[in-house]
Amino acid sequence: MKIGILVKEGPYNHQASDTAYKFAEAAIKKGHRIDAVFFYNDGVNNASKNMDPPQDDRDIGNRWVELCQKEKVQMMVCIAAAKRRGINDDVLIDCGEITGLGNLTDIAIRNDRLVTFGD
Amino acid sequence: MADNEDYEIVKKIMHIMRNAPHGTIYTYEGLEMILIMAAYDQDISVAFIDDGVYALKKGQDTEDLEIKGFSNTFKALDGYDVEKLYVDQLSLEERGLTEDDLVIDVEVLSSVEIGKMMAEQDVVVHH
Repeated sequence: MKIGILVKEGPYNHQASDTAYKFAEAAIKKGHRIDAVFFYNDGVNNASKNMDPPQDDRDIGNRWVELCQKEKVQMMVCIAAAKRRGINDDVLIDCGEITGLGNLTDIAIRNDRLVTFGD
Repeated sequence: MADNEDYEIVKKIMHIMRNAPHGTIYTYEGLEMILIMAAYDQDISVAFIDDGVYALKKGQDTEDLEIKGFSNTFKALDGYDVEKLYVDQLSLEERGLTEDDLVIDVEVLSSVEIGKMMAEQDVVVHH
């Protein structure tokens, strides 16, 4: 199955971001294809490369980068939501792409499922 | 997927508004998402449940919040061909509201009916 993921909550503050990542990992393991992850609302903070968590904690930003590089999952950030929250190309994780909601619509159309992770 | 670029596929996409319009940004950014998706010739519907019904309440005054009100923007949905607007009857009743309190014409349905519609969708996005 081809799956798109929508993440609507920020890293560390809310479990939605962790669950989305774990879901992607598990789906890939089962042989599904994760086409793209789209960050919306506070979820855009997942795409900041400035995250610097304590060493004994998970590195959420890096996890998304690895998912992108290893599994060719596109990482998209909504431009309107990103601008409000100070996320721009200067602070964007490797692989991240700031883009419009039209791309989320494309993701919804071209995949078998769009799975939302939010509050 | 080049064959999808023409949007020959029409998907049933339902947006669920379930938060009060102010206090969080979910409803406002949800509305922004709906307005963009409406340009893609998909089968879009919006369901207002729980506190989401407050988004449509007449007479909102956001001046003291220093937030631009957007309840009137829901009136624009019609112009974007988003005409399938559903409101949960119980959510209205629980909040002492009736259809007359809302800024736009909607279809008031039972939770069961809205649930059935959700099950028929290709995509459901919660806001």
